Amino acid sequence: MIDLGPHAAFIVWAYLGVLLAIFGLIGWILYDGRRTARKLAALEAQRPAR
Amino acid sequence: MSIDTAPKQSWWNRIAHPGQFVRWTQPLLWPLTAITVALFLVGLWFALFNSPQDYQMGDTVRIMYVHVPNAWLSQFVYGTMAVSALGTLVWRHPMADVSMKAAAPLGALFTALALFTGALWGRPTWGTFWEWDGRMTSTLVLLFIYLGIIALWRAFDDQLRAARIVAVFTLVGAINIPIIKFSVDWWSTLHQPASVFRADGPRMPPSILTPLMVMFAAFTFLFVVLQLKAMHTEIKRRRIATLQRRVAQGQPA
Repeated sequence: MIDLGPHAAFIVWAYLGVLLAIFGLIGWILYDGRRTARKLAALEAQRPAR
Repeated sequence: MSIDTAPKQSWWNRIAHPGQFVRWTQPLLWPLTAITVALFLVGLWFALFNSPQDYQMGDTVRIMYVHVPNAWLSQFVYGTMAVSALGTLVWRHPMADVSMKAAAPLGALFTALALFTGALWGRPTWGTFWEWDGRMTSTLVLLFIYLGIIALWRAFDDQLRAARIVAVFTLVGAINIPIIKFSVDWWSTLHQPASVFRADGPRMPPSILTPLMVMFAAFTFLFVVLQLKAMHTEIKRRRIATLQRRVAQGQPA
């Protein structure tokens, strides 16, 4: 890792904050997608075959 | 000679059908994800390992590589929502509603990250985390507009009715975008004037511009991937609502 100088803490927190937020967003979007797909599949399964 | 009586459909009409939209865009998700990951790997390598210190900012210039793309996306996502709002009000395009709703939480997060990284850059550079100047205040107002739009979507059970109200609110809120852009020219602000998107070209050396542009591209592709995925989920959610409504009315789902 490079030497980030006297303000290393600000740089590390900025990258860490962005990383956590972006991974949190990706995780939430994936979770929401799967949960919704499961719910839709359950409802579709109740439909009478046409 | 036979006459073709089948109605002609443009791509614009075809993607208005939720099923067609998902069928067309689903195969794009993995290639776009691969491009996004590659861009982030290259961008982070440049940003952290292969770019010089700035002669004034020192190493804090590295915060710019995450701050500027988030600030750009905070406005770009709103622009996407404003175009979608026009699609809802003018063309009644069903995918416009879906796009508008899917983009709002993404825009809110990118705006919050622009404010967060800006504050962390401001403290060592300006000596303060926050200043009520034109650029920072108008960006904070943008965050509140995003949060208001998210709350408005959740306030309505009827999402078609919500879409028209949210579209009007989004277009009124779009007035804030030029205010953010030109705030640094109109008022005396602590925030520096534009240094990338300028009529006379960027005012920075290629060694700093390269990581910035790669990170710009990485974050923009990330938005496209997340927007598509969130739109697919919203389409499914609307299908669930339709099926549930049918069951509630005593019809078979």
